[in-house]
Amino acid sequence: MSCQPETQEKLVFDRPAVLADVPTHYCPGCQHGVIHRMVAECLEEFGLVEKTIAVSSIGCSVFLYNYILVDTVEAPHGRAPAVATGVKRARTDAFVFAYQGDGDLASIGMAEIMHAANRGERISVVFVNNTVYGMTGGQMAPTTMIGQKTTTCPGGRCAEREGGPIRMAEIIASLDGVAYCARTAVNSVKNMAQAKRALRRAFEVQIRGEGFGFVELLATCPTNWKVSPVAANERVAKEMIPGFPLGVFKDASKED
Amino acid sequence: MSAKRVFIKGNEAIGQGALAAGCRCYFGYPITPQNDIPEMLSAAMPAAGGQFVQAESEVAAANMLLGAAACGVRAMTTSSSPGVSLMQEAISYMAGSELPGVIVNMNRGGPGLGDIGPSQGDYFQSVKGGGHGDYRTLVLAPATCQECYDLTFTAFDLAYKYRNPVLILGDAIVGQMKEPVTPREALPVDPAEGGDWKLTGRGQRAPRLLKSLFLEDGALAGQNRLLQKKYEAMRAEVLFEDFETADAELVVVAYGSIGRIAKSAVRSLRAAGVKVGLLRPVTLYPFPEDKLRELAAAGKRFLTIEHNLGQMVDDVRLAVRGLADSAFYGVFPGNLPTPDEFVEPIRAAAKGA
Repeated sequence: MSCQPETQEKLVFDRPAVLADVPTHYCPGCQHGVIHRMVAECLEEFGLVEKTIAVSSIGCSVFLYNYILVDTVEAPHGRAPAVATGVKRARTDAFVFAYQGDGDLASIGMAEIMHAANRGERISVVFVNNTVYGMTGGQMAPTTMIGQKTTTCPGGRCAEREGGPIRMAEIIASLDGVAYCARTAVNSVKNMAQAKRALRRAFEVQIRGEGFGFVELLATCPTNWKVSPVAANERVAKEMIPGFPLGVFKDASKED
Repeated sequence: MSAKRVFIKGNEAIGQGALAAGCRCYFGYPITPQNDIPEMLSAAMPAAGGQFVQAESEVAAANMLLGAAACGVRAMTTSSSPGVSLMQEAISYMAGSELPGVIVNMNRGGPGLGDIGPSQGDYFQSVKGGGHGDYRTLVLAPATCQECYDLTFTAFDLAYKYRNPVLILGDAIVGQMKEPVTPREALPVDPAEGGDWKLTGRGQRAPRLLKSLFLEDGALAGQNRLLQKKYEAMRAEVLFEDFETADAELVVVAYGSIGRIAKSAVRSLRAAGVKVGLLRPVTLYPFPEDKLRELAAAGKRFLTIEHNLGQMVDDVRLAVRGLADSAFYGVFPGNLPTPDEFVEPIRAAAKGA
């Protein structure tokens, strides 16, 4: 029996060449893979692959370099925006993006993200918010929602004790150096299309030298949320989006 | 180009040396007593076509250095003791990722906030790694403004030769004093430098990756084996000043500003007929242990003088172990010693007291 299709089929959906053809290490239902793909597509659509330097951070997504085949440097925990600043200042002609999770960016790396954004560094930051520390086993993140149970807030996050979840996109948008800032989600086809548009705009403002680009993407962590991938996606729609409203919070040039 | 002497501070000599050595990225955060360096480079670095960033913290400054170093651009950060403690995270990552960069520590008194006066209390932190993990940084200790200038050149060359962070360990004395300095010709950086590893955007070649995470079975051991081999090879770079040790009965071991002050004391004792000499380590890692051992084998006695409560003396004792010991004279941080203060301790040690 032949595995070849009997009729010539037209390929309409292919892997971007900059995305490695390797098995994933991410858990079932994790959306880093979806976001990696969107980043890869943007790099190819803008013709940036050959001039890109990526900064990978700490957590599950440190292995970005196993999937997106561009020059990459690994940053210490939370410091990716500072490392990306050094990269961009050293190679002003390079396209530089950092890829960070919520524990990395909004907790230990709060100073670095705020100041890189405020300086208007010509870099793009892809911020994946799944409201939990993933790689270390599901501890409370600065974005963990009120009432959400984690291994370090087993009774649920309590505002009085731990404060509320930090909304990074709103904070980043308030800084003068920021050219584009949006929050999106990847829980539905419609939202994925919006997320892709946001990533494109964040890359575009760097290409045009307009300033700092930031995209927050609400994503799932079924393993640490201890729910199925389908239920995780439902949680994004029902709980996360109401708490972290989607939208474009700043767009300096408002083109498109 | 004719070298015209200039009258500048040690701190300025480091900044000018860095510019002449081809440094084109500087990242820093203000802290006394090294502020002359970022202040002068805030104007001079952009004028030279480079980048100056005043970072939000020493943590960020050192990580900016890491990023620029990954691109193979000659880059530097400077700070003083509490600030350098904050930089240790990035320095460890740079060592692990094999990234070249220059870090200047104009050592001040500690522990904690301490004071802004001179000290050598950061010796252990500088030569034993400083951050987490098994690693070493090359450590250069200038004693004069000219050495501040010259050793900055050496620091960049060594950083690229070994793909490793290089530390310049000065202090508030050498940083703040002014002396005539003869500049060198500015160095055009070899475009091939770092050509087989630096990040440029991959172009048509395979992507490059600079990292310090090695999770696969045995991979971290392999990386550490390579690093240890490199640290062994660095022993070839040992530098020291040997002042009248040949016929000396007692050798004073002291580095940096204290080495220079001790040299004045040794000179005055020589004039009085006391057979003493000075060995001043210029590289603190690698340490001139072979030279010390050779002197010990020749029957010399030793006195280590430091501006701390006893740190390098451990390395002197290790170097001469089995053959000799070393007496110790320490100056408490916050005080500025004069050569006269060292005369009696040296005379006493020379007598074997």
